[in-house]
Amino acid sequence: MEVYLDNSATTRCYDEVAELVYKVMCKDYGNPSSLHHKGVEAEQYLRYARQTLAGLMKVNEKEILFTSGGTESDNIALIGAAMAHYRRGRHLITTRMEHPAVLQTMAYLEKQGFEVTYLPVDRLGRISLEDLERAIRQDTILVSIMHVNNEIGSVQPIAEAGELVKRCNAQTLFHVDAVQGFGKFRIYPSRMNIDLMSVSAHKIHGPKGVGFLYIRDGARVNPILYGGGQQKGMRSGTENVPGIAGLAKAAEMVYAGLDRDVDRMYELRRMLIEGVSRIEDVRVNGCPDREGAPHIVSLSVRGVRSEVLLHALEDKEIYVSAGSACSSNKPQISDTLKAIGVERDLLSSTIRFSISVFTTEEEIRYTIQALEEMIPMLRKYSRH
Amino acid sequence: MFTAFLIKYAEIGVKGKNRYLFENALVQQIKYALKKCEGEFAVRKTDGRIYVDAVSEFDYEETVEHLQKVFGISGICPMVHVEDEGFEKLKETILGYIDAVYPDKNRSFKVAARRARKNYPLNSMEINMELGGVILDAYPTMHVDVHKPDILLHVEIRDKVYIYSKIIPGPGGMPVGTGGKAMLLLSGGIDSPVAGWMIAKRGVKIDAVYFHAPPYTSERAKQKVVDLAARVAAYTGPIYLHVINFTDIQLYIYDKCPHDELTIIMRRYMMRIAERIARDTQCLGLITGESIGQVASQTMHSLMATNEVCELPVYRPLIGFDKMEIVDISEKIDTYETSIQPYEDCCTIFVAKHPVTKPNLKIIRRHEQNLEEKIEELVQTALDTEELIIVK
Repeated sequence: MEVYLDNSATTRCYDEVAELVYKVMCKDYGNPSSLHHKGVEAEQYLRYARQTLAGLMKVNEKEILFTSGGTESDNIALIGAAMAHYRRGRHLITTRMEHPAVLQTMAYLEKQGFEVTYLPVDRLGRISLEDLERAIRQDTILVSIMHVNNEIGSVQPIAEAGELVKRCNAQTLFHVDAVQGFGKFRIYPSRMNIDLMSVSAHKIHGPKGVGFLYIRDGARVNPILYGGGQQKGMRSGTENVPGIAGLAKAAEMVYAGLDRDVDRMYELRRMLIEGVSRIEDVRVNGCPDREGAPHIVSLSVRGVRSEVLLHALEDKEIYVSAGSACSSNKPQISDTLKAIGVERDLLSSTIRFSISVFTTEEEIRYTIQALEEMIPMLRKYSRH
Repeated sequence: MFTAFLIKYAEIGVKGKNRYLFENALVQQIKYALKKCEGEFAVRKTDGRIYVDAVSEFDYEETVEHLQKVFGISGICPMVHVEDEGFEKLKETILGYIDAVYPDKNRSFKVAARRARKNYPLNSMEINMELGGVILDAYPTMHVDVHKPDILLHVEIRDKVYIYSKIIPGPGGMPVGTGGKAMLLLSGGIDSPVAGWMIAKRGVKIDAVYFHAPPYTSERAKQKVVDLAARVAAYTGPIYLHVINFTDIQLYIYDKCPHDELTIIMRRYMMRIAERIARDTQCLGLITGESIGQVASQTMHSLMATNEVCELPVYRPLIGFDKMEIVDISEKIDTYETSIQPYEDCCTIFVAKHPVTKPNLKIIRRHEQNLEEKIEELVQTALDTEELIIVK
């Protein structure tokens, strides 16, 4: 039985989405900027996609900027905001457990002379609003907070943070990296004081290489790509029409069953956590209950290296992710795991399971059973 | 502008009666290398030389790059070859050649003519003088230096006229296939591909064995080894890569032997297995990338312990090299970037914090007796389940 539990890495595309993408690539393949009928037809897909996404989030169509995915959206949000507002201030705030697309971009901005405050997180991976309040200054131009953490599934109090940011400094922009949260939670940017929000299609059963950035009307952000002036000059380059059509279709489908599917995922997650908790010396990172995201389970298995456990599971056709990529010659310890204070010898023993709507109870049972058999065996052989 | 290559070979030239065997092998290797290049070529062996004539449009840079990977070639001379249309026409051709190849005319030169076709109206000396005069007249900034010219312009009168002056260095060595075959223990590190390359350079055909230990080593570690084999195969021709699943043997040794001797005993079994595959595939020796003192398993004592388990000679071309010298070669042969990808190989997964550096043979042998019950069966299974990948 093939069990795919790496849905935070990427998801299987919905068949309907793949069919639509194929149709746009091979039949309605026009360039939306072309003046003729083929171009108009392609433009319709963009218009429809904008309408769909705007409708799901209850925002205005013109507030959607299509991008190549999460990383590009984060880059436009951070660099674009920094470039547009550096005269007003050079201070940015983020957390210690962001995705590298945010952390590395912040590091780049630091080299350009910006100052960045990194908020600490507690053992469950949540920031404190008091810390945030203390960090916001007169010259703070942007606060960037991840909605759902990709490694341990902790959920940040986005709405409260948004309100706080605006109360402390009305001019500060609030960016949310919602790559893991979109499609699991209903997010209404305008009601949550969100100015910028990054979303990726392939985490919600859409195609890879496409996503969007929500930019609140009136929020000033500079483009980072220049060229033919597509999307009102905010992001030059011919629009990825098949990808965008697929993105909207996937979002539509995910929202259609959202509450029911999320309940089911929480149930599967609870099953998995309960099952593995019976194994000796296995620790669940993050919030095990409904405080956490419905699809992510992070486990630290004492005495077993994550890579080995991953490949052993792979042998049983169970696909998961190493919480922290690590090898003997080049340890790459995850910032997130360090930030929540995972013990040193557990850092390289952490793996992540991530569920999707396609996951079944049977698959979870099979996985628990595999772990029960495998972990004692792997513990027997270790480096001394 | 070049239309042919003269291939120079150093060491083969001094062979005796079997020289033709080496030359034929070199021709074969050149033909094989050229298959990967755009264009069609005729490879000829005449008058104790090898010529590569382009018989269609071809990509000069690509062709040179591939020829530079053929062992046995010491130099590649790109040539212009033209039909003999009289001496006046030849003068024009020569001036055109100089102009195209040497935009900077501030150089000394010497013409070295060779008249293989003896009925040509001028003899070699006359050709030298005539052409020298023509060049001096046309390019006054050039001057003649018969002892150390910047440009040594060869003009050869054969069925056609060949002109060349540049020598691009080849890799040297001997054509692969003239020296038998050997089995390389390929790990994925920096050293073993270099070791294989060096032995292949002496005309030896290479096969390789890789020890895979899933789930402790990943599929990507295996892919890395395949990639490395492919880099080496660019010089040696196809490599038969034997992938041996080593996990059960490793775990069994872990269960039965002291952990500080794990690496050395493991390596003894690798050598034993490699030797068995080598014998089955008509290899005349094993090749490893060991260098004295580099790691615990490569001290003189450890090498003695791993060496004693096989009868075939073990070639260790890097034995006296420093790491930096090995890195230099791996960069030159383009294996370095692949070698340093951080995937764990089976030698490091269970390595003890302080492995023995001076293993005592008697003790090692005694501890190996703990394995008697199952080890032969495990080795046989590993051999029976090997995966063979032909890397081109």
